Amino acid sequence: MPHDHSDHPHALLPSDPALRVKALETILTRKGLIEPAALDEIIDTYQNKIGPQNGARVVARAWSDPAFKAALLADADPVLAELGYYGRQGEHMVVVENTPAQHNMVVCTLCSCYPWPLLGIPPGWYKSDAYRARAVREPRRVLADFGVTLPADTAVRVWDSTAEVRYLVLPMRPQGTAGLDEPALAALVSRDSMIGTALVGAPQSNSEAPA
Amino acid sequence: MSDCISHSAPEPAFLEPWHAQVFALTVSLNEAGRFSWADWVEAFSATLRRNGLSRELDGGADYFNAWLQTLEAILAAQGSASPQEVALVRRDWEEAYLNTPHGDPVRLAR
Repeated sequence: MPHDHSDHPHALLPSDPALRVKALETILTRKGLIEPAALDEIIDTYQNKIGPQNGARVVARAWSDPAFKAALLADADPVLAELGYYGRQGEHMVVVENTPAQHNMVVCTLCSCYPWPLLGIPPGWYKSDAYRARAVREPRRVLADFGVTLPADTAVRVWDSTAEVRYLVLPMRPQGTAGLDEPALAALVSRDSMIGTALVGAPQSNSEAPA
Repeated sequence: MSDCISHSAPEPAFLEPWHAQVFALTVSLNEAGRFSWADWVEAFSATLRRNGLSRELDGGADYFNAWLQTLEAILAAQGSASPQEVALVRRDWEEAYLNTPHGDPVRLAR
């Protein structure tokens, strides 16, 4: 801590990187290269508006509507565009379906390419060296770290994202969900299940759909 | 080096305000056409590779430090913000913080 007075006679000094970011922002604003209001808008969007709930809605719809699912798997972009899930880092989406024969898992070995419009900002573990290095090399062991054990005859396919192509995993619909509507189904779908590091479990109770 | 991938609790999109700021700066510059996202990914991957050679990156603060390094390098190469400019304005901000009474909004004097 560069300044750690108990009574804080002056404003608390931000960290070195925080000051460097402030400096960049000031310089670029002065040069008219950015608009501070636009930055706030971007932050608000990713902090509050966009997140895995978008992807979960797509999954629930695909589970409920076979024609939608077929279109989504064949060519995801126009289908997602119609739902409004497009734009930054979601320009070219490919949806890969989990089946009893094949489990899909997504990584970005280069950096952290991720389908922002559907899942928001990636979690820390997705960006870590450990995940990026191991997902391709030993996917089953990585899945085991996440508590996922697949049947021996289920193949694991790992999809490496790039700046051009992003992937969303369509998890398998769990047993015991026949009577659930789309919002109830979407509530079952976790972020990790759409990256392929989790499965979607059956609802806790058979009699009540989750809120 | 740990191979463990921790993944338990849901986490906020950004752990610190400056992570959000540097992310938004980058997205905003990309959308203004200052660089393509493919160029960004290439430069950022190279930084991660370089930084990862000396130690295991954890995907948290390390990740955004690499992000900031990359953005600084791109802006310096483009002449949009030279290292000298950044150092000067950074110092101005630091002085502003040190000279502003606690609780008051911090502003640059010039």
